[in-house]
Amino acid sequence: MEALYENFQFLTWQHVVMWLIGAVLIYLAIKKDMEPTLLLPLGFGTIMVNIPFSGAVTQTLENGEQEIGALSTLFSMGISNELFPLILFIGIGAMIDFGPVLSNPKLMIFGAAAQFGIFFTLCTASMFFGINDAASIAIIGAADGPTSIVVAQKLGSKYLPAIMVAAYSYMALVPIIQPPVIKALTTKKERLIRMPYEGRQVSKTTRILFPIIITMLAGIVAPSSVSLIGFLMFGNLLRECGVLNSLAETAQKVLANLITIFLGITIASQMQAEQFLKLDTLLILGLGLFAFIFDTAGGVIFAKVLNIFLKKKINPMIGAAGISAFPMSGRVVHKMGLKEDPQNFLLMQATGVNVSGQIASVIAGGLILNFFM
Amino acid sequence: MTFNPWAFVDNLSYMGLGMLGIFVVIGVIILVTMLLNSLTSKKDK
Repeated sequence: MEALYENFQFLTWQHVVMWLIGAVLIYLAIKKDMEPTLLLPLGFGTIMVNIPFSGAVTQTLENGEQEIGALSTLFSMGISNELFPLILFIGIGAMIDFGPVLSNPKLMIFGAAAQFGIFFTLCTASMFFGINDAASIAIIGAADGPTSIVVAQKLGSKYLPAIMVAAYSYMALVPIIQPPVIKALTTKKERLIRMPYEGRQVSKTTRILFPIIITMLAGIVAPSSVSLIGFLMFGNLLRECGVLNSLAETAQKVLANLITIFLGITIASQMQAEQFLKLDTLLILGLGLFAFIFDTAGGVIFAKVLNIFLKKKINPMIGAAGISAFPMSGRVVHKMGLKEDPQNFLLMQATGVNVSGQIASVIAGGLILNFFM
Repeated sequence: MTFNPWAFVDNLSYMGLGMLGIFVVIGVIILVTMLLNSLTSKKDK
């Protein structure tokens, strides 16, 4: 009989706090529809691994032997070697239509400007953390979960779970984080600037050559980014080549879904109370928010500076879409434009900038790996 | 965790290099894309 309740004595308040965190993640996923594909498995996994002596994670027995847990096995097979996030990138690449940015390539420059938050946060975080951890925290500003995981894992950061929670939570919170920053940095007159869409037909050849050339270019500058950018562009090549439609469809749906199921719950294996409940975690969440704010500011301010020199003015709000959170960021800018002027349609321009943010954030991740590996 | 305010200044060079790197790579990508567009638009018509 005692065997039924003896584990209760090992239950601590930290375990209960982690259950609550798990419950909050599940609540946000279901009730608020915040990145449910990741926050729900992450929340449930958090509860699973915070049961005293949980068999889901590897435990060291009294005799010194190790009892291997399923989630720990998944972690070493799929996250330690960056396999899961990279395979997910194939799916993401297959989902992305680079058309809007290919038809107006100049928009890509805003994707570059909106990575400012990553590097500003790197300097800020380095005041509190070692440089590898600071770089891993800064990459939350890439607004791209797989890139954050790969960079943090390659740099050996012990803060991977907190980084992942911050990256995915803030991506879901883009509609709340970005509008006040954009409004604070722009005047009503600037937000009313109209930008007629001048997109043109993109040839099939361009669509096919683009992912190949991007992989080569980014790889030459930042060799560490080859796996990141390569898997993303491989997915896109499947989509655009026109002869592998069933593979592209599988990558977009089945493959991405399968990996997503395991990604969240596997990361949760690292969300054990003793590793997660630290002041450092709060600071990382704060720095992640800081990175998102300065990414947004970087894009908007860059557009405002360009406007000083341009005859045909740009609506500076589109600069904010340069963060990689796709498609949320593009939609936020489009909605803000419509709110100011119901006839001002910025969707195509904002989507183009948003897609270029996806490329730029992966390049930023590659550069960071080049600097610190 | 320790607080070292000078680390901010020490690491500013990474910010400069990183932003320069991104602008250079994206700049090259823009040029290549424009070139691709102009080379392939006639061909595919």
